[in-house]
Amino acid sequence: MTKRQSLMKRTLSSIALAVGLLVGSATAMASEEGGLPSAATNVNDKASLQRGAKLFFNYCVGCHSLKYARYSRIAEDLGLSEKEVMDNLNFTGAKFGEPVISHMPEDSAATFFGKAPPDLSLEVRAKGADWVYGYLNAFYLDPTRPVGWNNTVFPNASMPNPLWELQGLQTAEMKKVDGEEVVEKLELAQPGKLSPAQFKQATRDLTSFLEYVAEPAALQRQRYGIWVLLFLVGFTLLAYALKKEYWKDVH
Amino acid sequence: MASVFTRIGDWVNERAPNMAPAYRKHMTEYYAPKNFNLWYYFGSLAILVLVNQIVTGIFLTMNYKTSAAEAFASVEYIMRDVEWGWLIRYMHSTGASLFFVVVFLHMFRGLMYGSYHKPRELVWLLGMLIFLVLMAEAFMGYVLPWGNMSFWGAKVIISLFGTIPVIGGTLVEWIMGDYLPADATLNRFFALHVIALPLVLLLLVVLHIAALHEVGSNNPDGVEIKKGPKGNRWDANKPADGIPFHPYYTVKDLFGVGCFLIIAAFIIFFVPTFGGWFLEHDNFLPANNLVTPTHIKPVWYFTPFYAILRMIPSFFSTAIWGVLGMFGAIALLFLLPWIDAGKVRSIRYRGVGYKVSLGLFVVSFFALGAVGAGVVAEVIPAWFGSHIDVTFWENLFGRVMTAIYFGYFVFLWVYTHRGLETTKPVPARVVYDHD
Repeated sequence: MTKRQSLMKRTLSSIALAVGLLVGSATAMASEEGGLPSAATNVNDKASLQRGAKLFFNYCVGCHSLKYARYSRIAEDLGLSEKEVMDNLNFTGAKFGEPVISHMPEDSAATFFGKAPPDLSLEVRAKGADWVYGYLNAFYLDPTRPVGWNNTVFPNASMPNPLWELQGLQTAEMKKVDGEEVVEKLELAQPGKLSPAQFKQATRDLTSFLEYVAEPAALQRQRYGIWVLLFLVGFTLLAYALKKEYWKDVH
Repeated sequence: MASVFTRIGDWVNERAPNMAPAYRKHMTEYYAPKNFNLWYYFGSLAILVLVNQIVTGIFLTMNYKTSAAEAFASVEYIMRDVEWGWLIRYMHSTGASLFFVVVFLHMFRGLMYGSYHKPRELVWLLGMLIFLVLMAEAFMGYVLPWGNMSFWGAKVIISLFGTIPVIGGTLVEWIMGDYLPADATLNRFFALHVIALPLVLLLLVVLHIAALHEVGSNNPDGVEIKKGPKGNRWDANKPADGIPFHPYYTVKDLFGVGCFLIIAAFIIFFVPTFGGWFLEHDNFLPANNLVTPTHIKPVWYFTPFYAILRMIPSFFSTAIWGVLGMFGAIALLFLLPWIDAGKVRSIRYRGVGYKVSLGLFVVSFFALGAVGAGVVAEVIPAWFGSHIDVTFWENLFGRVMTAIYFGYFVFLWVYTHRGLETTKPVPARVVYDHD
């Protein structure tokens, strides 16, 4: 190997290392946020998305809109027919091509909960899947709060646990740290319709659905991405061969 | 009978006789040193990204709504309802970040091989102007989606002008056209982002390349090939170590383009937000002047300069020192050709002091980036325990790094103007060991 080649190799490997470190630290940062459990969602799992959609339209759409998501697009992406969506998911009376808008008027919602329930179209992109998953699992009874519920992931949230029927009722075991009461751990005081493992899966499905809603393009980009990369690798190899050929006479 | 192409060519030549010579001057008879290495890909890649930004930008404007009430929703409309809109948008947003990656590497190449030295000062100055306009362009582009970080980022950056004595307050209102970043601000930023600044950028890029082609390219050895022996395979009077830009460097750059596109496509198709670094989480929430994001921070490419701003404390009851420091950090780069009076150009033949100081400069740049992005404030308690005074240690670290950043220029001035540098002998001709 010539001196130039070894220098080239050193430069290339240090660049690869730098890129690797950058990507590594970015993902490490993303997953470390506040010690949240991993949501382990998979937007390519259609069955999971369908179950999540069912949960959303049964438990969430009463208060929360998905104003950027259309019923027709959800049907297309989740592999559901128009009839299936209109019969089983659409309880708002919207047309098939319309977006998911909750029936709850914003001003009365603000009166009920102190704050209008936010649109959830982009919730996962803004907070992260782990946060949403963690939040859905972190409700506990707290008589000091106006609606009787509190949440360890989002303390003093104004929303009561919409899934309490499924999860059951959690209570918090408190401890004193520096004179302040903090939650030590949550305990299931009264079981719900689902076992803890089933409930985890259900909230994972719901989070997956919201992750899909936050970026429907994710399904497309990953599908096309493979082919684009394969094409580019082929292109680059050809370009390299072309360069070699042209540079044969440079001495 | 001549082919139709020859006849078209003749027709044009008769009417524009200088076009063919201009093509030869800049392409087939532009003799570039044959020893370019990896660092020389980033100039052509910057052009590639510029074209990408313009083309994808045109398609984005077809569906973007320039209004504080509609901008955020129109971006989501592009992401969901416009055919291939998500791809166009990710190409534009990823392109913005990669533009800075490529430009930073391109500039670092200039530092390493002394490309700003005489006679290339104009090339360097025009390049620095491009960098400055690019920062303004990127900042205004970031405001357009009208997410919450767009809003607060705009508010913080524009308020920097408020530190200017006497006129500051009025100036801030004049820039925003309101008391807060608002519809008026968004509209004028749109005008500047899609028309004014791109025109300036294109003009500067043309001048940058024209200025380069007047003096010829530098190379990793910093040897002036025009002063070396004459005569190559194509021309008896041209530098012996030069090869025609076209086709040699066009095919080589094509390979660079391929490698670059693989990285770019990977990001666009698989990690378009790049873990919140290219598209920040808080920008998926609409602009809201009542809800402040937990950490207001600029996009990664501004973080080193933002850190300098934050690390320099207010005194004499004004915060202008941080602002001056931040702009000074860029202004000093403009002055490099005169700060560095080194006898040789390339790091390969420069003194140990230069190598060490440039290394430290790079370290300080990354470290300041980490401070500006809030990474250091997160890492300190994670590594050293939560009882530690984060602000104190972050400030100490950030200030040391700021001192090193500026120290580079001071050291370089003293080192070269006082003749303290011991250089290695520069070879008469470029080093090119082929395989």
